[in-house]
Amino acid sequence: MKYLNEFRDGELAKNLIKQINQEIHADKTYRLMEFCGGHTHTIFRYGIPDMLPKNIQLLHGPGCPVCVLPMKRINAAIELAQQKDTILCSYGDMLRVPGDAKMSLLKAKSQGADVRMIYSPAEVVNIARQEPEKNVIFFAVGFETTTPPSAVILEQAIQLKLKNLFIFCNHVLTPPAIQGIMEPAKLVNESILDGLIGPGHVSVVTGYKAYEVLAERYQVPIVISGFEPLDILHSILMLVKQINKSLYCVENQYTRAVNAEGNLKAQRLIDKYFELRDSFEWRGLGEMPDSAIKIRPEFKNYDAEAQFKLSESKGIDNKACECPAVLRGQKKPTECKLFNNPCTPENPLGSCMVSSEGACAAYFQYQAY
Amino acid sequence: MCLAIPVQIESVLDNDLALVNLGGVKTQISIALIDDVNPGDYVILHVGYALNKLDQEEAEATLALFASGMDQ
Amino acid sequence: MSLDYLNGSVEMAHGSGGRASSELVNELFLPAFDNPILRELNDQATLTLLSKRIVMATDSHVISPLFFPGGNIGSLAVYGTVNDVVMSGAKPLYLSVGFILEEGFGLSELKKIVDSMAKAANACAIKIVTGDTKVVERGHGDGCYINTTGIGCINNDLNLSPANIQSGDKIIVSGSLGDHGTTILAQRQHLNLSTELHSDCQPLHDLVELMTHKVPEIRCMRDPTRGGLAAILNELSQRCGYAIQIDEVQIPIKGEVKACTELLGLDPLYIANEGKLVAFCPADKAEKLLAIMQAHPKGKEAAIIGEVLTDKRAIVEMKTSFGGKRIVDWRYSDPLPRIC
Repeated sequence: MKYLNEFRDGELAKNLIKQINQEIHADKTYRLMEFCGGHTHTIFRYGIPDMLPKNIQLLHGPGCPVCVLPMKRINAAIELAQQKDTILCSYGDMLRVPGDAKMSLLKAKSQGADVRMIYSPAEVVNIARQEPEKNVIFFAVGFETTTPPSAVILEQAIQLKLKNLFIFCNHVLTPPAIQGIMEPAKLVNESILDGLIGPGHVSVVTGYKAYEVLAERYQVPIVISGFEPLDILHSILMLVKQINKSLYCVENQYTRAVNAEGNLKAQRLIDKYFELRDSFEWRGLGEMPDSAIKIRPEFKNYDAEAQFKLSESKGIDNKACECPAVLRGQKKPTECKLFNNPCTPENPLGSCMVSSEGACAAYFQYQAY
Repeated sequence: MCLAIPVQIESVLDNDLALVNLGGVKTQISIALIDDVNPGDYVILHVGYALNKLDQEEAEATLALFASGMDQ
Repeated sequence: MSLDYLNGSVEMAHGSGGRASSELVNELFLPAFDNPILRELNDQATLTLLSKRIVMATDSHVISPLFFPGGNIGSLAVYGTVNDVVMSGAKPLYLSVGFILEEGFGLSELKKIVDSMAKAANACAIKIVTGDTKVVERGHGDGCYINTTGIGCINNDLNLSPANIQSGDKIIVSGSLGDHGTTILAQRQHLNLSTELHSDCQPLHDLVELMTHKVPEIRCMRDPTRGGLAAILNELSQRCGYAIQIDEVQIPIKGEVKACTELLGLDPLYIANEGKLVAFCPADKAEKLLAIMQAHPKGKEAAIIGEVLTDKRAIVEMKTSFGGKRIVDWRYSDPLPRIC
């Protein structure tokens, strides 16, 4: 598999590790956070923590859209799925996320709701065309990487004059999320991390210029990283070099896919169909202004929130659940009292454990404890 | 949602679709989000959509950076 | 009144025990599975077994789609249970077959399945000696479900068991992993995947006979079906009490399996196999066993993939091709594919 295998080469890994070891200052600690769940997955899947010198600490951020979705929205999705003559389409990651009363989309499915796992939003259009008598609702979740496909199917639904396709939009934005992690510490003049392994595929869409303001504000270097293990090691090397020189620039490591401006066609499409929400509740990070998007009112015929009545649910998390602190990189998963006791991937109490990219699930699966 | 991988365009079809190849496995994807796609190009594929073209020269340059300082 | 294989379909009467049932048995099952015991057509099969050590295994098959590259539910039902029996070192002898058919299921498909089962049974020199057919109303089944129960005999001193596993033992797989499950997943229409992959569905009785004959010191064997290699290794690590370490570079996985699992966000270690085995053997016999397996057509791609450590911990760790180490955990259920 070209452009994958080469970026996983063990010999090149040794070379990068050697360079990292040569660069680090023995008396310094380097706290590096990766934002994307995909980066978390790569780090654990290839066993990277083991390969790094001990004074590089990896913290895991909130870049897993499954993890930051509040319970209220899961409850709403489950409610939508349970409506009569409805097919709810969802990405696999969302199916086991627990809502109130230990319900989940998977449980709702086992109780008779028509919940379908999809790999691509394109399948939603096919299902809507094949089942004209049913309301086909797409549970749209994700950061900027995943938003453009939702815009494409909305456009297709309009072109095909589909009357039965709806989007339950939960798309969120990355820069506000980064701000949500960094701002609380800044307000009290603390620093929680020294460098950020920046979002890779989000940046394919947004461009890397979008992060310059953040690097400046929080004086933390940001390296936009590819997803293969060599990319991560390379990004770590680039961050270490900047930290040693007390620099805080945005650098692009993922040059084969990311440029300064991003994918303008995708950005225009998003802008055509979506607009900013005033505020959106993030699990763990609280209410954040201008951090999420919704469907523009002129397309309300396709907006599940406009077309279906949803009850107001509380969505209260377990009091002992430390997802908020874990998402911010303030606590390690093992510092949550509920970790493995009884919160496990089979019995998740919070979303950090459900998504395979949540920090807790990654720790559990790869038993980094 | 970050899982995205580089795949090669085999042929461009109608309706903003393309046939791609990854290690011998073929699938149909949407190229609605990018322009000027040709057979032989590599694209970054995410949930069935090409998000951008992969710059092959940059890919080679990055690999060379990984190897810098290595004894041959 | 002959069965109409062209246009006919299964009716409720075929499961009711009356003349229609008899017709199905006499015209379809008996000629296909023909043997002296079955010809008696009693409610039970009387078997004479020469060994005191009798092995029995049962498996139900609910696979969808019923027909796939490399096999169908019929061949799978035979080979799957044969392999379960054979993993104990037993010679497989007899099989029972229970069909649960859905009203309206095409007789032409049923015939294809039955013919495959007959062919499969011949391939392992086993006899299908008794069976049962039930029919459920249209909409209450998925076309065809099959249960097979197999019986075999262990005729020597072989006593394969996870309890035999010791630290230092080597772990050998008989060939490429993930072929079957990936093939089935690739058949799901909505995924749009086009591949040359086919299921590895095959019986392992001949390979196992050779292995246990030449290397009777083998500790234990398993076939990694649902849950894949990861499930088997975790289970065995727990049973024997020792940690297991495997080397990613040594694990044979076809390029197309890697590509499909990459596209779908899955891990080949957790994907089902239907024609492969994992064997634990003493370190000093490992190279010999490997050579024997590789010389057999069903073990051409066999490889030593790891070993049992001295740690007394129930854990499976893997040296990654990248140079790091990670844990291969024991999943609770079928892996949901990663999107993120």
